[in-house]
Amino acid sequence: MDLDIREFEAVCRDLYVRALKILPPDIKAGFADLQRSETSATGRAILDTMVENVAVAERTRNILCQDTGIPIYNIVIGADVRYDGAALKAAIRRGCERATKDFSLRSSVVHPITRTNEQTSCGIRVPIIHIDFDDRPETVAVEMIPKGSGSENGSFLQMLLPSDGIGAAKRFVIDRVIELGGRVCPPTIVGVGLGGTSDLCMHLAKVAATRPLRSVCSDPEGARIEAELSRAVNELGIGPQGLGGRSTSFAVHVELAATHITQNPVAVNIQCHSARRARATITPGGIAFD
Amino acid sequence: MAHHVLDMPATEPEIRALRIGDTVTLRRWLFGIRDATLIHMFDRGRRTRLDLDGHAVIHTAPNVHRVPISNEAPVGFAPFCIGTTTSMRMERFTDALMEREGVRLIVGKGGMGPATLDAFARRGGAYLAIVGGAAALETTWIETIVDVDLDDLHPESLWQFAIRNFGPLLVGMDSHGGSLFADVQRDVAARRDAVIASLEDAR
Repeated sequence: MDLDIREFEAVCRDLYVRALKILPPDIKAGFADLQRSETSATGRAILDTMVENVAVAERTRNILCQDTGIPIYNIVIGADVRYDGAALKAAIRRGCERATKDFSLRSSVVHPITRTNEQTSCGIRVPIIHIDFDDRPETVAVEMIPKGSGSENGSFLQMLLPSDGIGAAKRFVIDRVIELGGRVCPPTIVGVGLGGTSDLCMHLAKVAATRPLRSVCSDPEGARIEAELSRAVNELGIGPQGLGGRSTSFAVHVELAATHITQNPVAVNIQCHSARRARATITPGGIAFD
Repeated sequence: MAHHVLDMPATEPEIRALRIGDTVTLRRWLFGIRDATLIHMFDRGRRTRLDLDGHAVIHTAPNVHRVPISNEAPVGFAPFCIGTTTSMRMERFTDALMEREGVRLIVGKGGMGPATLDAFARRGGAYLAIVGGAAALETTWIETIVDVDLDDLHPESLWQFAIRNFGPLLVGMDSHGGSLFADVQRDVAARRDAVIASLEDAR
């Protein structure tokens, strides 16, 4: 398959808008679960308002949240796909910029020193682009994540010592969730990275935070810890918006990587309840949006 | 738990009547403000021509459409999606915002800290909690963008919205030292050790 770069650019544009407007079905199901288990009257009322907001956004064709986020594009290129790598990266950037201009989205991206906003949702090294490869024949998978910043500010890294053990990593996660309280727009998905180097650990926390609900860590030890922490965070009582209740998080997700004999890194990255993501696959048969 | 309808701007006695757990519906005017607006107003000494005295501000930077000037868009902006950002980043500006500009109410998400609670007690202010992330719903409570200042900071400009029945909002912090957020934080702190003890290898 020859990747049609103009078509790919249009997909990158459309996915940004779709992500902002349509809450993924796993998150909607997650809300239904929390509504059933929430015991606080305030917590229930807040969850109801969040669910009502999803319906209002669909009815009024509006975006779910004002925060258009930091745009992240995850591209997975399958087997037998011919493409020009530099053109592909340029097309992602143009797609992101066109989404912002064509749909009059708020550009939430600024230069880190001058704080200048180019009004394009683009800047130095933004959109963030991750390119990976797999063996699916003649397939290009595109995922767009507008990462909201109330939750992104809930990011932490600690290079623990091997002698601190896994227990210290668990305590670190619980204490950071407590510290963040209502600031990260709970109910959240708590992304936890374990192992790797400092940069990989932080990246794993983001992968975990943006993974679909009910997906499970591929490592059995990681899966055990995410089940344990998922139960524990909802016993803290932080609740929706930090105003009390059981529904602090939809889930805690863990992603891990091998690490150095001297290291025991743990990272936390939070996804808010407006856990937006949109996906499409491009094949010789056409474009399929999830 | 009383419900209050406030036609903005409000008086100090009206604000001091608010207690945590009460609900509030705002009418008439609301001002949008956030990080860059406050940094420029208070760290860089810029002044606004808009009169915030007795008014409510909301922590926001809206999505807007540029449109021809009309009665519905007196400054050429139509609201598209207006939501709320995390308030705690703006904590150090509350006292100055109340003292210099006369602001009485802050609408936000996630709550604010002790410096804000102290300013509310001394000057007569309150924090109204909105549901963060529910921006599509919130936008239906906004009628028009009637004015904008400091728009070189766009979208972090100082916005004036005409509103219709904006709420219900929950009084999260009041002028009597009450904070629902601090109450929850105390409960959570009390539960922390038991939660840690329930985790394998974490005791």
